[in-house]
Amino acid sequence: MIRELFSATVIIGIISSGIRLATPYLYASIGEMFGQRSGVLNLGVEGQMLLGAFMAFYVALKTGNLWLGVLAAMGVGALMGLAMAFVTVNLQATQGISGIGFYLFGLGMSNLLFQKLIGTVETVQGFPRISLPLLGKIPVIGDIFFNQNMLVYLAFLLVPAAWFVLHKTTLGLKIRAVGENPEAADSLGVSVSRVRYFTVILGGVLSGVAGASLSIALLNVFQQNMTAGQGFIAVALVYFGGWRPWGILGGALLFSLVNALQLWIQVLGVPIPSELAVMMPYVLTILVLTVSVSKVRGPSALTKVFEREG
Amino acid sequence: MKARLNSIFEALLPVFATVAALLVGGIMLLILKINPLTAYSALIQGAFGSWNAFAETLVKATPLLLVGIGICISYRGNVVNIGGEGQMIMGAILSTWIALTFTNLPGWLMILIGMLAGVVGGSIWGGIPGLLKAYFNVNEILSTVMMNAIAVQIMNYLLRGPMIDPVQAKASSQIPQTARLVEAYRLPRLAPTRLHLGLLIAIILAVMVYILLWRTTLGYRIRAVGQNQPASRYGGIDVKRYIVYALLFSGAFAGLAGAMQVFGVNYRMITDGSATGFTGNAGFNGIVAALFGQLHPLLTIPASVLFGSLLVGANSMQRAVQVPSSLITALNGLVVVFVVSSEVLRKFQQRRRLTVAVDSPPPESGQPKAIEPDGEQP
Repeated sequence: MIRELFSATVIIGIISSGIRLATPYLYASIGEMFGQRSGVLNLGVEGQMLLGAFMAFYVALKTGNLWLGVLAAMGVGALMGLAMAFVTVNLQATQGISGIGFYLFGLGMSNLLFQKLIGTVETVQGFPRISLPLLGKIPVIGDIFFNQNMLVYLAFLLVPAAWFVLHKTTLGLKIRAVGENPEAADSLGVSVSRVRYFTVILGGVLSGVAGASLSIALLNVFQQNMTAGQGFIAVALVYFGGWRPWGILGGALLFSLVNALQLWIQVLGVPIPSELAVMMPYVLTILVLTVSVSKVRGPSALTKVFEREG
Repeated sequence: MKARLNSIFEALLPVFATVAALLVGGIMLLILKINPLTAYSALIQGAFGSWNAFAETLVKATPLLLVGIGICISYRGNVVNIGGEGQMIMGAILSTWIALTFTNLPGWLMILIGMLAGVVGGSIWGGIPGLLKAYFNVNEILSTVMMNAIAVQIMNYLLRGPMIDPVQAKASSQIPQTARLVEAYRLPRLAPTRLHLGLLIAIILAVMVYILLWRTTLGYRIRAVGQNQPASRYGGIDVKRYIVYALLFSGAFAGLAGAMQVFGVNYRMITDGSATGFTGNAGFNGIVAALFGQLHPLLTIPASVLFGSLLVGANSMQRAVQVPSSLITALNGLVVVFVVSSEVLRKFQQRRRLTVAVDSPPPESGQPKAIEPDGEQP
């Protein structure tokens, strides 16, 4: 049975589902990265994802339009981000704790809405797989990379886009300046609070999409607490990836590949306790954080409240 | 006089936050076409309507209080422990395993050993993130989250395999649960309710944590490290060690809470595959209670009772007026947000007082003044 794990079809299957599983992490972690680079730690990602997953599912179920669902998820994510930004920027609340508040709110609210508005187990026809012209025809590689759904492609395009914005635009420069030295940025006329509002709302929008990618592209159902900790892992992946888009991509892929491997181990009935397999990605994350984190320094102003003098 | 008014105002902030959360919840109920008054009166009735209901509230408050006083320690040490769920599970596993292995000990002895085992299990699960933070600079928020997920899988594995109830192992249902503890090992109850000795233990421990934090060198140092690491290091405190202590102690209380759920409430461990199935979200709700109690162990006692009542009330609200109990989870979240947000008012007030009397320092409110004991090495 172990040998079956190394056959070509299984390996293709593992990598292909690993890439699919990385989608929600990519959206949520890239969004969280923008927030953290500007100095705001948002621990409420999980709650934003849950509300995004519910809204996307509900709207898609009622209208039959998947993109409207994604839009709804972005909307609810933006609202959650706005609230988080107000609480951390204007009211100067402790970031780690208010994030837990937003997590609990999203956890309870998404289930409340689900029970009141839907109530039973329903499924939607999620985003279909699209085989890209030409590229999809390449043997092996085509199967792995170019036979995915639209949200997967967009997630992977998001990585270079995020890198470009962060490192090649004025906006990115402002974000990094605000996260490293808000006083200096402020004295040069950059509005610290405006930049932080922008990044935290953007993070909320992307977390919403992350939720949508679960409920209307990957699983095509909504369940209570369906994210099951993925939002917290997304936050972990930001540290894991050293606050850089490419690092996050690497972390998300590693984590999801191990996860996919774990799923296949269960499918093939390899005699490893399934619980041990499910545990692997988490153990791996702790190990990698232990080995790598001490070398990368995070944004200096992360979790620090900024107040203008006078 | 004015100072007293201010401190009353500050003490009442969490109450305002709760009222605000309930108001927002009321609006949400109206949108869902449910009469908030009926819903809330069902909630209060369910939590305080009878002696039995009140006892149930206290049963739910017990793990919140234990997790909460642990949170008081870690947050005072500026360490964010969100691993309460995993720590509860590990404490419960260790104590259950011992109680199921040694079935012939005197009851009082096993209860003692079992509680200690809970403390040990939780300390290990809290201590690991502590060590990782202190010596490898691994963010404790992330590691505690990971440790939660790992603990759940360990529990699922043990309850489906090595620790499964022999009866279930033979039956086709294969319910993932352990055997029941022998009767002698159960925490004494205040019959006819489910209220058990654990509440009393938790209250005593809350007082002890208060003494630890404000009357001992150890507590002083944990708080010093929490407030200003560079200054503590300069003052000769081994900062890393106290970071580990903060998480270790915090985990210890959560582990004890887990053991008590087994010895005092369920008499066995059972899993539905998730952490919540065993802990009832107490690992997170304990944080809410501690925050509500302004991270003060004694104020966490009434706060735990309040949130215990919300949890019990939520269930009867669900039965009576079909409002899903997850409404309360959402409201708990809002309470946290409002409480941390209202801190800004306190800050503004302190600043005003500072500008009024620059050279006389403002009176410390809410918490007793730190007194550095003799400064002896422990």
